[in-house]
Amino acid sequence: MVEEVKLFRTWSSPYALRIVWALKLKGIEYETIFEDISNKSPLLLRYNPVHKKVPVLLHRGKSISESLVILEYIEDTWKQAPLLPESPYEIARAHFWAKFSDSKLMPAIWHVFLTQGKQQEEAIPPAIEILKIIEEELKGKKYFGGQTIGLADIAFGWMANLLYVLEEITGLKLMNTQNFPSLSAWINNFSDVPAIKENWPPHEKLVTKFQAIREKYLAAGATK
Amino acid sequence: MDKQSEVVVFGTWASPYCTRVTLALKLKGIPYQYVEEDLTNKSELLIQYNPVHKKVPVLVHEGKPIAESLVILEYIDEFWNNCPKLLPEDPYERAKVRFWANFYDQKIAPATLSLIKCKGKERERAIADCEELMKVFEEGLERDYQGKSPFFEGENISYLGIVVGSGSCNYQAFNEAVAVTFDAEKHAAFVSWVEDLKAHPLMKEMLPPHDKLVAKIRHKFSLSPEPQA
Repeated sequence: MVEEVKLFRTWSSPYALRIVWALKLKGIEYETIFEDISNKSPLLLRYNPVHKKVPVLLHRGKSISESLVILEYIEDTWKQAPLLPESPYEIARAHFWAKFSDSKLMPAIWHVFLTQGKQQEEAIPPAIEILKIIEEELKGKKYFGGQTIGLADIAFGWMANLLYVLEEITGLKLMNTQNFPSLSAWINNFSDVPAIKENWPPHEKLVTKFQAIREKYLAAGATK
Repeated sequence: MDKQSEVVVFGTWASPYCTRVTLALKLKGIPYQYVEEDLTNKSELLIQYNPVHKKVPVLVHEGKPIAESLVILEYIDEFWNNCPKLLPEDPYERAKVRFWANFYDQKIAPATLSLIKCKGKERERAIADCEELMKVFEEGLERDYQGKSPFFEGENISYLGIVVGSGSCNYQAFNEAVAVTFDAEKHAAFVSWVEDLKAHPLMKEMLPPHDKLVAKIRHKFSLSPEPQA
């Protein structure tokens, strides 16, 4: 029986990219369905009625949503190239850091990115504090899990391509190789993994896209 | 029992996130030591064990700390993989419980917190938001569990029972402290699942006492004991 795997995504969604990376790392064949977020397909709405978002994974006719939940599903279903370590304690650490990416780092970075002037100035120190926590965690490690790329790395992967994009757009430098040597090294290590490298959205296209997002947010804020 | 295999839980009695952990340990019959934290004066040990968030609950096992309640639940299930299991075996069923646990933590819990802090017109809007989210939650759970309670796995409390019940079973204390009434008829299924859960001996044992919790919520959020005008 051919087990069909389909992935609903957009080319730029960092959440959807996580799933692409996981599927590629495990060598799983899948079909991509690109969504237009301004005009969501009936299929997407059917398969993710609660959040109506990408990514959605379709496997054996069943849909799974929420990127971290999908990553765990992939890990539970396909045992090759494990993304989680063996020991329960190390698994817990991977879960902890994956969660940290979404609950702490992403909001902090977004807050810097989607503001300007005084608001932005005030948003910068908390973001740097969070980056320092990650720097500390990565000391002496190639990846979050140690020597091999894993779930936590995939969760943080958006940082490896978006951080530079956001810095370019805002003209701000949140991290540099001097103050964040481990984090900078991790970005290089992560980006160099072939499955990641081959599935990297084009830099210029990302800059254009996120520039537009920033402008839209700032304009909306100004009219309040 | 040798020191290193000891299980220690750092928590606060009123926190549903902490109740999740102690419920899970009790369910699996794992002995543990409990340390009650004063969040206004956090112990050095807590900060040492959870330097990133400095929060409860923290589980320390074999000298190693694990933080974040859902991470702790999965650790407990992974390490003590005896029956009863907390999470289902099937990958798709596991995805479903993780999805709804996240929905509860990322949508329902924050909306409930917002409600406590609002007054006047904002409060009306916050109540409407909570109602809307509860509707999505209930309908989604009904769909995914074919109308059966998602909070039980046979006779045992399920993963979702632990995650959701630890908070939702206190709904009467919450309603009283915050002086809000949700229309139970609008969420008849959810209310019946919660009531069944509350009647379970383990839940009865582990939930905080009603009056104590009402007083605690009022104190924490500086709410007056009189009903809102």
